[in-house]
Parts: sequence; C-alpha cells; structure tokens
Amino acid sequence: MERAEELLKLEHVKKAYDGQEVLKDFSLTVHRGEVIVIVGASGCGKSTLLRCINGLEPIQGGRISLQGQVIDGRAKNIADIRQKIGMVFQSYDLFPHKTIMQNTTLAPIKVQKRIRADAEKEAEELLQRVGILDKKDNYPRQLSGGQKQRAAIVRALMMHPEIMLFDEVTAALDPEMVREVLDTMLELARSGMTMLIVTHEMSFAKAVADRVVFLDDGVTVEEGTPEEFFERPKTERAKRFLHTFEFDSVKK
Amino acid sequence: MDWNVIQEYLPLYKEAAVLTLRIGWIGILFAVILGFICAMIQHYRVPILRQITKVYIELFRNTPLLVQLFFIYFGLPKVGLPVSADVCGAAGLALLGGSYMAETFRSGLEAVETVQMESALSLGMKWFQAMRYVVLPQAISISVPAFTANVIFLLKETSVFSAISLMDLMFTAKDLIGLYYKTTESLFLLVVFYLIILLPVSIAASLIERRLRYAGFGN
Ligand SMILES: Nc1ncnc2c1ncn2[C@@H]1O[C@H](COP(=O)(O)OP(=O)(O)OP(=O)(O)O)[C@@H](O)[C@H]1O
Ligand SMILES: [Mg+2]
Repeated sequence: MERAEELLKLEHVKKAYDGQEVLKDFSLTVHRGEVIVIVGASGCGKSTLLRCINGLEPIQGGRISLQGQVIDGRAKNIADIRQKIGMVFQSYDLFPHKTIMQNTTLAPIKVQKRIRADAEKEAEELLQRVGILDKKDNYPRQLSGGQKQRAAIVRALMMHPEIMLFDEVTAALDPEMVREVLDTMLELARSGMTMLIVTHEMSFAKAVADRVVFLDDGVTVEEGTPEEFFERPKTERAKRFLHTFEFDSVKK
Repeated sequence: MDWNVIQEYLPLYKEAAVLTLRIGWIGILFAVILGFICAMIQHYRVPILRQITKVYIELFRNTPLLVQLFFIYFGLPKVGLPVSADVCGAAGLALLGGSYMAETFRSGLEAVETVQMESALSLGMKWFQAMRYVVLPQAISISVPAFTANVIFLLKETSVFSAISLMDLMFTAKDLIGLYYKTTESLFLLVVFYLIILLPVSIAASLIERRLRYAGFGN
C-alpha cells in the first residue's frame, strides 16, 4: 500500500529555554490524513512542541518543515505557512472584542482577502456543524467554555489548514463540556483532517488516534498504535505514566 | 457682582479660552503620538530606545510642568534655539502628557494577553495586522479611563502657561485683577470658563467609559 504524502516533518528538533533543554532530539513525520496524539507528563514539552511547529518559538537545532517548506518564525513566508497550520490553544483565545462571526471571518477576510459574504456563509455552515450557529452574533464572554473552544476550532478551520494542532483544548473545561468538544474533534478526524493532538483524555486518545507518541524528557520514548501503546506498553516509563491514570481498587 | 463688568470682560476671556484650547489640543495630540510611540518601545523592549524613553518618562512625570516650561522657554534660547511662547506651551504639554500617555498605553498593552497576539499570528496574520485588528483595539479600550483622566489633567495643567506670558485664562484673570481690582468678577469668569472647557470633556469621558463597561469584554 502506498503511503500518503508526508505533510509535516520534524527532524532532530532541539529546543531550549535559556540553556534548559526541553526538546532534545525530537523527530516525527506526519502523513496526510493521520491523527497523532501526543501524551506525556506535565511539563515534558508538549505545548512547546506545538508552538515550535507554528513558528511561535525558535528552535536551536534540527528542522521543521511543512510540505517541504522549512518553518522559521523569522522567515518572510511564515504567515503563509501558518495559514496552513490551524492551532487551538488550551486557554480560550477568541478575540474578546469581536463577535463569534467576526472572530471566525477576520483572518479569512483580512489575510486571504476572501469576500465577506462568502466567508460568512462558510462560517455559518461550520458553526452549524459544531452546533453553535445560534451564537454567531454573541461575544465570546457570552459563551460557555465548550462553546468557546468549538468556536476556536471553527476559526482555525476557516483558513482551510492542511493540519490542525490541538493543545489540551479540553483541559480548562468542566467535565460536562469536555464531551461536546471531543465529539467535534472526532468528527473532524473522521472527515480526513490531519491532526496533531495533545491531550490528557486517554479514552479519547484511544478512540481518535492512528498513532500515539509518548514524550518524556525531551525525546520520543515510545510510539505506536493506540492498541500497542495503551494495552502493551513496551517501556517502563510508559507503563509508569499510564499507571497514573488508573486507580487501584481499595475493595478486596 | 457687577454684570456690566462681566460683559465687558467676556470677550477677553473668550479669546483666552480659545488660546487655552488651541494650545491644549495641539499639546495633547502630540502627547498621544509621543506616548504611543514610547509605549510601543517599552512594551516590545526595543534596545537602547527603551532606556532613552524610560529616562524621558521618569524625568517628565516627576517634575512640574512649570519647571519644564521654564527650561524650554528660557533654556533653549541660551543654546541658540529661541521658541515662541505658543510653541513652548504646546511642547511642554506634549512632553509632560507624552510621559503620562506612555504609561497609560503601556499598561493597556500589558493587559492584553500574549495568547491574543499568538492566536492572531497563528491564523496567518502579519505582525502589524495582528496589532491593528486584535491587540490595539483591546489595549486602547482598556486604556480609555486612564486616557481621559490624562486629558482632563493636561487641560487643567494649561493654567501654568501664564508663567511664560501666554495670554491664557489664568493670565487674563490675574492681569485684570492687577489692573482693575475686580476680583470677584474676574475669578467668577475664570471658574466658569474652565468649567465650559472641562465639563464637556468629563461628561464625554464618562459616557464613553460607560459604553465600554457595558461592552466590557473579558471571559
Ligand atoms: N517561555 C518559557 N520560558 C522558559 N521556560 C519555559 C517556557 N515555556 C515553557 N517552559 C518550560 O519548558 C518545559 C515544557 O513546558 P511545556 O509547556 O511545553 O510543557 P507541557 O508538556 O505542555 O506541560 P503541560 O502538560 O503542563 O501543559 C517546562 O519545564 C516549562 O517550565
Ligand atoms: Mg501544555
């Protein structure tokens, strides 16, 4: 079987903050249509990794490229590359001074010079799909956390990205709102979107991932299908990490 | 109080009020521009310029306008740069106001979370687009209450212009009192004219603030 196009490629990426190494020698290839979940302990560098992919953080070594184009936050073409990379952050990052409709159409209109009416029509379709069309004229503060994250996903999708990055988008949500956001992401995965997801929701990871990458101490410690990783972890470190999500029964 | 005297003085005060307003607004306009530039330099930590603006801000925030005006008015001619009283007044106000506006805009910029800039960039906006459509609108509306307080403060500070013989309201009142001893009428007109200038500004300011609070964003 022929493999899909290599979309995103990270080769021996090194990233340090003031001499303190966060990513030591990180490599990963993402093919078109793949859904990759990145897991790892708090502080292991998952957010840093996504920020590097988007050129928000400079790297100290190695190479990150999207469809062969090197990603460099200071290069001239960075704004063009970023349009192809959709990112949703953990904190609600909608623009508070703009309505949901304005949030989702601002960049398409100003950056891609799309016609307002067309952009609004597309935004309405996407908002409908994620179930918040009735909120289009509201401001972000009038939405629940889960609704805000779905709006943020629509805003990123409006740019027609090649790949979507998700950084713990449900971490700040109340439990009953987590589901609606994860469902949106599952549907997106089903539609064939290439996705790189950082999450602590292990059952969601199992359901959505084609591949799981376990990051620890700045390197990939283990990588495999969800079945391999969750059912038969090979390394001691992965076993210990997975154990933190289980509770030993106290009843005898 | 003698209303005939008041009628007689009225044109003089009107002229003085026009002068106060003219120099006041020019000074404030430049204060805004200067303050904005300094705030951007401070916020984005532009090397060297940042230290220079820091010194400027502290120097002008911590000395009285009167002293600043004396330096410009009597000091500059000594180094071969004579300035008219008008220019001197406007420049003094712009420099003093610039230092206040810089602090106001800087704290407005600081109140906008960095993730706002980052998410704008991650949508493919150029830096200046992110600034124009996302960061500045938020920073400016956060700055509005402090900004309007600065405008009112600066308009009141114009009362020291008389010290460099600008014929502003204060100068006119003092002059008339000195000449004709009509203290009550002179002072009455002085208060009325300052109120005519400042009350509309205050009222407009609180209307704008209420609108902003109503639209108040934040999650
Ligand atoms: N701007 C920064 N300056 C200095 N150190 C940083 C910065 N951002 C992150 N770090 C450090 O880099 C390491 C990785 O941080 P990162 O946020 O990428 O972790 P994470 O895996 O996303 O953690 P979490 O699961 O808690 O979100 C941490 O030790 C953190 O303290
Ligand atoms: Mg993180």
